[in-house]
Amino acid sequence: MSNKYITSVEERRLNGEDREDEEDDDEGNEKGMEAWERAYADERSWESLQEDESGLLRPIDNSSLHHAQYRRRLRALSAASSTARIQKGLIRYLYIVIDFSRAAKEMDIRPSRGVVVAKHVEAFIREFFDQNPLSHIGLITLKDGIAQCLTDLGGSPDSHIKALMGKLEFSGDASLQNALDLVHGYLNQIPSYGHREVLILYSALSTCDPGDIMDTIQKCKKSKIRCSVVGLSAEMYICKHLCQETGGSYTVALDESHFKELVLEHAPPPPAIAEFAVSNLIKMGFPQRAAEGVISICACHKEAKVGGGYTCPRCKARVCELPTECQICGLTLVSSPHLARSYHHLFPITTFNEVASSSFNNPQHKLPKTCFGCQQTLPLPGKKPSLRVACPKCNQHFCLDCDIYIHESLHNCPGCESQNSKAVTEE
Amino acid sequence: MASVPSKLYSDDVSLLVVLIDTNPFFWGGVNTTNASSSLSFSTFIAHVLSFINSILLLNQLSQVVVIATGVNSCNYIYDSSSQTVTENSENGIIPARSSQILRKLEEFVSADEQLSKDLSQARVFSLLSGSLSLALCYIQRVFRTGSLHPQPRILCLQGSPDGPEQYVAVMNAIFSAQRSMVPIDSCVIGSQHSAFLQQASYITAGVYLKPQHLDGLFQYLSTVFATDLLSRSVLELPKPAGVDFRASCFCHKKTIDMGYICSVCLSIFCKHHKKCSTCGSVFGEAHPEVTSTSDKKRKTPMA
Ligand SMILES: [Zn+2]
Ligand SMILES: [Zn+2]
Ligand SMILES: [Zn+2]
Ligand SMILES: [Zn+2]
Ligand SMILES: [Zn+2]
Ligand SMILES: [Zn+2]
Repeated sequence: MSNKYITSVEERRLNGEDREDEEDDDEGNEKGMEAWERAYADERSWESLQEDESGLLRPIDNSSLHHAQYRRRLRALSAASSTARIQKGLIRYLYIVIDFSRAAKEMDIRPSRGVVVAKHVEAFIREFFDQNPLSHIGLITLKDGIAQCLTDLGGSPDSHIKALMGKLEFSGDASLQNALDLVHGYLNQIPSYGHREVLILYSALSTCDPGDIMDTIQKCKKSKIRCSVVGLSAEMYICKHLCQETGGSYTVALDESHFKELVLEHAPPPPAIAEFAVSNLIKMGFPQRAAEGVISICACHKEAKVGGGYTCPRCKARVCELPTECQICGLTLVSSPHLARSYHHLFPITTFNEVASSSFNNPQHKLPKTCFGCQQTLPLPGKKPSLRVACPKCNQHFCLDCDIYIHESLHNCPGCESQNSKAVTEE
Repeated sequence: MASVPSKLYSDDVSLLVVLIDTNPFFWGGVNTTNASSSLSFSTFIAHVLSFINSILLLNQLSQVVVIATGVNSCNYIYDSSSQTVTENSENGIIPARSSQILRKLEEFVSADEQLSKDLSQARVFSLLSGSLSLALCYIQRVFRTGSLHPQPRILCLQGSPDGPEQYVAVMNAIFSAQRSMVPIDSCVIGSQHSAFLQQASYITAGVYLKPQHLDGLFQYLSTVFATDLLSRSVLELPKPAGVDFRASCFCHKKTIDMGYICSVCLSIFCKHHKKCSTCGSVFGEAHPEVTSTSDKKRKTPMA
């Protein structure tokens, strides 16, 4: 580590003057400000206001925001369904690299960047395992110029979160190269059908490396490791270069809620690029859960246990937890609901169409008075844009609230599920 | 919903959505094949009506919604929050309510039967995924009314066997119920256990029960399924006798306990295929347990 040099950094202003000033003379700022001034500077209360058409300040309207978000996701959904049968990399091996250098002490996001990052990593890990069953996560921290492996690749969210929350100390410099070298070593060993990914949450504005980072980037590119970075300060050239080379995405957060959004964008499986992973059929068993109160000896701990437990369908051995590998016959055991959580990605339901006002005047069509889903009365046509939508497959009408619920959470069309034409055509 | 916004809901006020299986293949066959524990559709409905009436008598603010699960359609039968006119009839509330539910149910069953005549081949499976989806949409509407609403739960009264082709849709509904913290209770009146409902109740923390003696159905309903969510924490309710976690294969819609998983999209197949029918990936030579060799080293310290 004697031959350190700092990789050149290209900064770009992202969030106006205030952020820039804080980076430059943070020390001076903190001393120069009165306590009451700091309270305003820390809370950034102006960010939750917006100007209306007459120039008055109003709190940000959340309902319009929510609707816009829904529309955006709907558009993405219909784009996905038009390119039918999109491949998704559903078995992912992801290392999360967290910057715990001294830059994580910065308090522009309260209580500090490092603590906020840890908080959202926790939420991310839970969401990740929800959306990517059978995937693995490992955690790496950057501190004092070195990269350290906090947890090995594993499928249990709680062990990662526990390890992370016990290690919230920030000091020294961050080194991108050390992180990439470490990750590269680990990810090179994983099975060929797995998708190799790194998500770097970077607070610092520089990287302090022992050698030429460009070589390391090329090494990652060769090993097909997809590297993505979410920055917390300004955009850096080296991060952008890394993501461009390896096919990842680079984003910089403006504030805490934006950071959360950017991190969670990495939870859904990315479209698989055929060359990135070899597809395979893996044999698996779906064990039954034993009745509560039954006493049996488990194969994994070799202890007598009361209740719970699962039975391997091939050798009938008892295991305590899923997913696991049967200790006796080696079969991979998973809980089938765990797999089924991701099936709505495979069979997305079609976007509902707004009911055109012309069809209201059609005497042949008797318009339903209520929403098929929730029985809410549907308003009759006015001059306003349609307040009802219809499923193109079953032609049932739904209210807008049901439309959102059906596409965002339920992933079933109640109309299509309540008719039998689907089953009959399969015969 | 508009009729009850100002009332104060305590935490023992329930919204109970009852899904009634009206499958004619099940109800028509049950008397002939399984004479020992037989239950005719009319006796079944009589038990359920008494149960619904007793729920509404337990707490005036409680609400009951009835949805019929047919073989070709699903529909709303009754909603206690939207019934105001009929309750003033001369015979009193309960007979009026019962006859109204019976009338709507009769209409539904004959309409459902009409649909199966139109189709070339009738199915034996009830559309559980449809009625579950309807129930969840209704419950979301209650959630939208604000923070004050009755505690919702779903009760499935299921007789006919699971329809394996509904596997994905039923699982989607279960996960959505879990996310909104809506328990799904199941009372299975058929001759065999339902793997769908075992999983539904297990995942959503509802109660799963397959009564031993069907002539005492009302007893089971009123002692187990009438309990509100608050009381459940202090009661000893029946514990599941195991959960069937078997899945349906995508190729034949067969229920399997061992199978092959596509590593790209996680589709389940009952035997080895050359190409994934869901995502189109072409598989190399069979690596039956490829994970066991390379993963072993890393997995052991986690266990
Ligand atoms: Zn064990
Ligand atoms: Zn085994
Ligand atoms: Zn609706
Ligand atoms: Zn539809
Ligand atoms: Zn099959
Ligand atoms: Zn596939």
